[in-house]
Amino acid sequence: METLRNILMEIDDSIDWNSKKALIDDGLIDSFAVISLVAELEDQFSIEVDTAEIIPENFNSLEAIWNMVRRLQGK
Amino acid sequence: MAYHTLIYLFLFLPIALLAYQLTPQKKRWVTLVLSGYLFFWSISGKLVFYLIGTTLFTHYTGVWLSWMRLQRDAAISELSGEEQAVTKRQYKKKEKIILAAGVILLLSVLIYLKYYNFFVQNVNILLGSAGSSILLRSRELVLPIGISFYTLQAIGYMADVYWEKIPAQRHPGKLALFLGFFPQIMEGPISMYSQTAERLWEGAALQRENLSRGSVRILWGLFQKVLIADRLYLIVQGIFDNYENYHGVMIVVAAVAYTVQLYMEFSGCMDIIIGSGRMFGIILPENFRQPFISKSAAEFWRRWHITLGVWFKTYVFYPVSMSSLVKKWNKFGRAHLGKYATKLGISAFALFPVWLCNGLWHGVGWHYIFYGMYYFVILFCEIALEPVKNKCIEICHIKEDAFYVKILRILKTWVIIFVGELFFRANGLYAGLKMFQSMFHDFEFRRLWDGTLLTFGLDQADYGVVIIGCVIVAIVGMIKERNLLGDLGIWKLRLPVRWALYYGLIFAIVIFGAYGAGYQQVDMIYAGF
Repeated sequence: METLRNILMEIDDSIDWNSKKALIDDGLIDSFAVISLVAELEDQFSIEVDTAEIIPENFNSLEAIWNMVRRLQGK
Repeated sequence: MAYHTLIYLFLFLPIALLAYQLTPQKKRWVTLVLSGYLFFWSISGKLVFYLIGTTLFTHYTGVWLSWMRLQRDAAISELSGEEQAVTKRQYKKKEKIILAAGVILLLSVLIYLKYYNFFVQNVNILLGSAGSSILLRSRELVLPIGISFYTLQAIGYMADVYWEKIPAQRHPGKLALFLGFFPQIMEGPISMYSQTAERLWEGAALQRENLSRGSVRILWGLFQKVLIADRLYLIVQGIFDNYENYHGVMIVVAAVAYTVQLYMEFSGCMDIIIGSGRMFGIILPENFRQPFISKSAAEFWRRWHITLGVWFKTYVFYPVSMSSLVKKWNKFGRAHLGKYATKLGISAFALFPVWLCNGLWHGVGWHYIFYGMYYFVILFCEIALEPVKNKCIEICHIKEDAFYVKILRILKTWVIIFVGELFFRANGLYAGLKMFQSMFHDFEFRRLWDGTLLTFGLDQADYGVVIIGCVIVAIVGMIKERNLLGDLGIWKLRLPVRWALYYGLIFAIVIFGAYGAGYQQVDMIYAGF
């Protein structure tokens, strides 16, 4: 979780990643940020994120992203 | 039978509602499908078979993908570890081929019907300039109404099944309903299967609240369409069809008038469509969210024709961005070139197909391709110049959230929008370039008050109606943007206030609507795409 938090802070350190629950729905992160995030996640956690995973529910909060990472690690 | 016509509003829609309510709940989907096909047939006649064909083909592709998945699950259930992963990948490849075949076939029909003659025309120009006496023959092709909209919905459904976001639909009727719901056929909104299909299938009984909310939404749509858009049509047509006679400020007027006409027309029709859907209890996705308060071109496209933008983002932008080629570039770039250059590379690679498709989707002609490329360049520049912008803001100690900064950014976006719409509406790329060029000589401000504006069949009262109408639309937009009335919207107001507004809308439409002598029945612009 700490690694993920660091990745997110590197993408944008002005966002309070711990409290925000609608990162995509509220337009806090755009599609380019999602792509950068996916690239970092794939590198750091040795996972493969499929296009099907790019849905707001998977990126709306720190927890949602973490849950997706855990799920993909278990695949 | 367009959505703003009397025959739709006072005959087709009420009969469809009545028939729907009188049908037993389990068979209501049949009434809706038949209403959709009847509506389609009333406009495009026997071309309704294109819609039926697309529906059956989409259904078949979904079922095939679903069957393949069952085969995969059976195959991997007896395997483990690496063998399981290998088998999964093998099946994924097969599924990809099925999806590709489905998408290619649907797109082929669309491309053939829409672009064949454009292709022939351009090839003949090339052949002619090369001195060839052999020329390709163009064909008389008729485009079924709404093909650009239902084809995108069908492709979206197939992709969602492939990605396992939704299960494949076994019942062809359910898919027929999703692709052929009559309020959506002509102009969208382009919905995803998960947004509307289940609710449409439910066949819920009509409810007073839905009927009431739907009616008010329809009235609001008519207000924008017949009071503002249809009036502006006269001046827009007058200048764009005789652009050689105009220059300077009149070209600016044309660009602004067309932008406002297009918005009022498309957003107004969308209100009628969404209102019609609401009467059946169906919540269709919104297509506009106060686009003229956007502070950048990127924001504008998140607020304008939203469902098209979401479709391109979901089914073109992300798949391209997540392709192995872009992923490799991403890794290489971040290791060797830095974040900025990597982002630029990805932006160029992923945005180009989106905006090329966006331009082509809108229509046939080089000016539509130019329109797509125009936004590609602007969006790319917005990304490329972001560090420069941030540096300027820092050096000049500018507060980004200061009111004057917001206004300046909104005005900058307006200029981008108006120029884009000038090319979009122009009668070809050459005309667009000529108009753009002529905007900068002999500006002649006096044209605004010397009576030139009164030569298009609009008098001072007409301009007054347009301006007051736009102010009302802007006020309503502000209320929506700031969510002043909450989710209840107009229903938060007291009953007498509400009824005063209803009557105000009805009388405004009846008294100030652009009909009768001097006006023309104006077709829906986006239905032509």
